[in-house]
Amino acid sequence: MTADSSALPVRLLSVGDTAWTVEFGSDIDPAIHGRVLGFCSLLDTLSGDGRLDGVVEWVPTFRSVTVHFNPEQADAMALHGLLGELAGKSGILSAAGCHWHIPVCFDADCAPDLADVAAAKGMTPEAVVDLLTGSVFSVYMLGFLPGFPYLGGVPEVLDMPRLASPRKVVPARSIAIAGRMCAAYPWESPGGWRLLGRTPIRLFDATNVRRPALLAPGDQVVWEAIDRATYDELDRECAAGHFDLARLMREGGL
Amino acid sequence: MSALVEVVDAGLAVTIQDRGRFGYRNIGVPVSGALDPCLMTAANAMLGNDPDAAVLEVCLGGPSLKALSGTVRISLAGELTAQVVNTRGRVLKVLPWQTATLFPGDVVRIGGVARGVACVGISGGFQVPLQLGSRSTYPRARIGGIEGRALAGGDRLQCDPQTGNPWVETCGTLPWPVEPGPIRVLGGPQDDHFTLEALAAFLGNPYRVTRDMDRMGIRLDGEKLTHNDQGAEIVSDGVAPGSIQVPANGQPIVLMADCQTSGGYPKIATVIRADLPRLAHVRPGDEVHFVAVDHAQAAAAMREQAERVGRWCESLGTFRPPGVVDEVALYEGNLISGAIRGDEPAWYSV
Repeated sequence: MTADSSALPVRLLSVGDTAWTVEFGSDIDPAIHGRVLGFCSLLDTLSGDGRLDGVVEWVPTFRSVTVHFNPEQADAMALHGLLGELAGKSGILSAAGCHWHIPVCFDADCAPDLADVAAAKGMTPEAVVDLLTGSVFSVYMLGFLPGFPYLGGVPEVLDMPRLASPRKVVPARSIAIAGRMCAAYPWESPGGWRLLGRTPIRLFDATNVRRPALLAPGDQVVWEAIDRATYDELDRECAAGHFDLARLMREGGL
Repeated sequence: MSALVEVVDAGLAVTIQDRGRFGYRNIGVPVSGALDPCLMTAANAMLGNDPDAAVLEVCLGGPSLKALSGTVRISLAGELTAQVVNTRGRVLKVLPWQTATLFPGDVVRIGGVARGVACVGISGGFQVPLQLGSRSTYPRARIGGIEGRALAGGDRLQCDPQTGNPWVETCGTLPWPVEPGPIRVLGGPQDDHFTLEALAAFLGNPYRVTRDMDRMGIRLDGEKLTHNDQGAEIVSDGVAPGSIQVPANGQPIVLMADCQTSGGYPKIATVIRADLPRLAHVRPGDEVHFVAVDHAQAAAAMREQAERVGRWCESLGTFRPPGVVDEVALYEGNLISGAIRGDEPAWYSV
């Protein structure tokens, strides 16, 4: 963590009588996100010391932290003052999380948009897969669905808009891109992102009390290509609950 | 010792809810919980339950439940009625804001809600396992409730046996407090993304409730809210139940209990916590008016609501349902320690 925290102006925005959003910027930018992670780290410390009475939880996004509170236990204006003060002295934190290597099958039936993306970029599907597996992605935030990670780090050459017409059903565990963002769908859902692969790894498990969502803001992810047979085998292991997630970790601890 | 009820008929989209699931919004898990927590408080108060005990939230069609083992008691909070059919085929009508006792084999058929949502409580609460700290059902990610879904026929639900006198029921004696007037909001977080005309239009015009409404949100329709040159999209930031987001079409969407944890549309204002339960009772075609308040007024509104609900819960009375034990009780029908809405004969044979 560094002491450089005054580079960008901070704004406190009202989210009704139950939350304040501490906004560090308006763009997707690793520097702004570093301040988000730094602020969350400070909140973690204070909360651990019992110094955030009435604060229920906080939600980091690309560029802000929304602090939810119970208005029966915390005075909104007093909390406003405290958060403003804390935002002024919190630092920058980057890449503090775990490093994951997550297996992905890029076979055509797992990757319905791979051929289109390759064609649009004048590349072979294999070259697109090489770019994806050769990049390191950073988790900015989780949202949209439980355990749904927004990852930065899509190579510029793969930058493509969302589908003009979103799919009604995106299969669970699809790996997808939109613009310079990458994501993994923990659940079957509608979606307009371009589907480039599928992982057998479960991204959310409500019965895992310690870590229900596999990924957390600040984590780094590398996608590792696997063939269909390996996918099926890992899928069976995960479905049976026999897969040890620690196998995916390269640095950091759960 | 516990009691067991079986779902004989699931009703329509009936879910188990409690106060909600807190502490997991940072990983994208919505709060969920009862759309009208005041009704949950009332349902539990009538049973002497912990105020946070899990209830059934009913909107369209209510379920039918059969007591399998143990004598249990249910309560109706909200505008819905029920019938208890006992093992001899006799039928007892249960009115809103009352409890009813189910002996083993008795079935309660819970009707639909006249307006909005209602809560059905049970002695000891519906004791499904806690998942991520809550029993609230969030079907999209199959979390909470029964296997993360709405009730289904054949489900068996654990509760506590009722501990009081099974011949004496509880009822509310005060009218349920309903706050009139416009829905109160605090401006922001992105009120600076709208034209001055849009801000005036939002507070100066009614917005009609559309058919597009569920536990996630309510789409409204009215005077178009025009974004200024900052545009109709933002890089996603945090939202809360009550957030009023406005996509490019200029029509507001009020987010409700199952809403996402973040969103990419500018949010013009946020409904205060005291008024959000009122939006659980609107229907398509209803008009909603918004009025701006400040934090002090929002805090006062919350205190007043707690006082009103508290007064209602303190005013509970008891009554003996007629004809349950003997002929005397039959003639004592409506012998109640308070006002009961005994406008119909309660027992009849079928």
